[in-house]
Amino acid sequence: MSPWVIKGIRTGIKTSAYPRNAETAAGVTPGLPVSSQMDTGAARALVDICPTQVFTIINGRVNVDVDRCIHCYRCVRGVEQPARWDSTYEWGVESNQKKNLLPAFRKSINICVVDAGDCGSCLNEVRQLSSPYYNIHRLGFFITPTPRHADVLLVVGPGTDHMSLALQKIYNAIPTPKRVVAAGVCALSGGVFAESFTCSEGVTDILPVDVEVPGNPPPPLAILHGLLVAAGRKPPVDLQPGSSQANATGE
Amino acid sequence: MELGLKEQVKERWAGHAKCRYDDRSDLCEITCARASLAELCGWLFIDKDFNFANLIVEEMPAAWRLRYIFYGGAGSGWVHVLASALCSEETFPSIVKFVHAADWHEREAEDMFGLTFEGHPRLGDFILHDDAWQENVDPMRHHFDPQMAIRYRKPAADWRPRRIVQESGAFVMPVGPKYSGVTESVHFLLETVGEDVIRFMPRLFYKWRAIEKIAEGKPADEVLLLAERFAATTAFAHGLAFCQAVETACAADIPPRAAGLRVFLAELERLRQHAGAIQEICESTALAVAASEAGIFEEDLLRISGELTGHRYLFGMLAPGGLLLDLPDNDCRQALNKSQAVLKQLDNLETELRVSSSFLDRLEEVGYVQQQVAAAYGLLGPVARASAVAHDLRREQPYSGYSQFRFEVPSEQEGDGYARLRVLFSECRQSVHIMEQTVAAMPGGGVLESFKPREGAALGWVEAPRGAAFHWVRLDERGFVTRYHVAPPSFANWHGFHVAVENFAFQDFPIMLATFDLSVAENDR
Repeated sequence: MSPWVIKGIRTGIKTSAYPRNAETAAGVTPGLPVSSQMDTGAARALVDICPTQVFTIINGRVNVDVDRCIHCYRCVRGVEQPARWDSTYEWGVESNQKKNLLPAFRKSINICVVDAGDCGSCLNEVRQLSSPYYNIHRLGFFITPTPRHADVLLVVGPGTDHMSLALQKIYNAIPTPKRVVAAGVCALSGGVFAESFTCSEGVTDILPVDVEVPGNPPPPLAILHGLLVAAGRKPPVDLQPGSSQANATGE
Repeated sequence: MELGLKEQVKERWAGHAKCRYDDRSDLCEITCARASLAELCGWLFIDKDFNFANLIVEEMPAAWRLRYIFYGGAGSGWVHVLASALCSEETFPSIVKFVHAADWHEREAEDMFGLTFEGHPRLGDFILHDDAWQENVDPMRHHFDPQMAIRYRKPAADWRPRRIVQESGAFVMPVGPKYSGVTESVHFLLETVGEDVIRFMPRLFYKWRAIEKIAEGKPADEVLLLAERFAATTAFAHGLAFCQAVETACAADIPPRAAGLRVFLAELERLRQHAGAIQEICESTALAVAASEAGIFEEDLLRISGELTGHRYLFGMLAPGGLLLDLPDNDCRQALNKSQAVLKQLDNLETELRVSSSFLDRLEEVGYVQQQVAAAYGLLGPVARASAVAHDLRREQPYSGYSQFRFEVPSEQEGDGYARLRVLFSECRQSVHIMEQTVAAMPGGGVLESFKPREGAALGWVEAPRGAAFHWVRLDERGFVTRYHVAPPSFANWHGFHVAVENFAFQDFPIMLATFDLSVAENDR
């Protein structure tokens, strides 16, 4: 037998228990800040220190806009009262543009991955999805180079001007029904590149996005959760509980 | 050594150039008239064997200032060649005739500032794509108004990408910007008459985010966020180069413990990035088990980074003046132990790859880059070292205390894909070797020291995983950035990539691409 086959068998199964069970290994997620109750002084300090305006104070509560968090950790490192930070990874959120997604697919799904100006890390995390640890093939997810075969468009990066035409052409080339997953804060809000004159403030300006996955970059498990949400196999999460309520009451 | 460089400049360039030598930073500044600029740069590059690092254009209140940065081997320091002209004059002589490595730097300066480089063989359609931008837009000029930029216009009906091969039956195979599975956006024009790629032209900057422009007018610690995030697979290296530039400009010292931890994390990043590069090489040859194995190692190292620092790509660790977070010695030791375990498996993988003839057939004598070509193009990092151009800034211009560690700079003679793979494996071993030494001799104390910002400019340099990275930063008296310019290693290596690809068959193209370990994000900035 070929030595490679033996080597493969010897390595055994490395694949994550997720989505059936929770993943417990260390270092699989950078985590996210979460909304919490805080005294006013500490809350103000967080608002001041955050370079991307993640925090707002609503009714004495520190609210977190996860679509803007770039994981600079300045709200937890070197401050007296750090922000609350959770090591979750289920970050697939239904986009505001499209609420209450109905399942559109029954069988396996082909994913077309498009880089719209990403820094390399989101794309690298997408690459990990095909490695033995995550192995998305077991879930019936396949990455396809051509939009014609795709069901889901997975976009990373802020949406640079030079890529916007290609992005629109790719979107139009995907047959319906289709879903768009925007992964990474750059794709959601532009991230650190938001103010650049050469890109949009996220691909949400260019495409109708169905599922949003925050993170800079979102770890493989978070992207996987986003894909499961797009496929209708996992419920979306609410990463900003209370914020929509606060908006409704006129905040 | 014969005469010092200063004396040589005096002797050889009397009447054409003035020389000022700063002992402390080992920096020789040569102010030179425009007329003799090209010859002087050529003399440094060809006769004196200096390497070209970066071209920095600065628009001063009344004049242009161009700074050509060269550096030598161990002990020969830095040379900055300065040329200036009134703002109304926009023409400089091109140095490309002598210093081919400066080719793309001049093209960039032409696109960004509207300068003309006389004698340059090809200007235009580089960063600003001709089919998307109108003429006479100079984004890096102070008077540029982003609101005025036309975002997208239809290409003219007769617009065609440039072609070189004119033989009958020749055609262009366009690839990208979206191609293959999980790839960065870049466009390739592959000219062919059938089986072989005869001419290769990359069209880059689909991902141009203009970080150098948005950095202007921001405090240094905010620009650090951009430095870390424009090419985040090597975030720590670029962040480190930026921090070192700021620290040099402000004459700030960092605590010894911060320096030690910086080296530890930089080597951890190199190990992880090289494992990723090895994974891509295995995948490009469709050797599934090896690709899976290497994928496991890369994810292992990402997890080690995540567990140690909180972030899988080491974001949020650096700060000008040290580090934002101190890492306990015990955590570093654990991360080291795990990295050693990964290295052991990487060694096993290499042993098995070396006897897999089907794998070697795809790599050996493929994507060949000769030593002279690598030197002329100024190729960097593992790619250059595989072609016997064994430069490494950690050895030649040590920073962050690298001079106290013992390590080798692996290099190979062949310059083919297999040589590049072997260099990657050898460098993994050296990285772990350096990590061992840092952990064994980790100084105590704090990790962050505040410093007073002051007006000034400086170059920060780092041997990033893909090669030497140069960050130029100019600060005003409040510590705000007024000019930021990055010369990343992928910029140099994309420039030379066509040499490797040309006259090889189409099916070897993905393999050559993988062995070059090019980052588009890093190049596009």
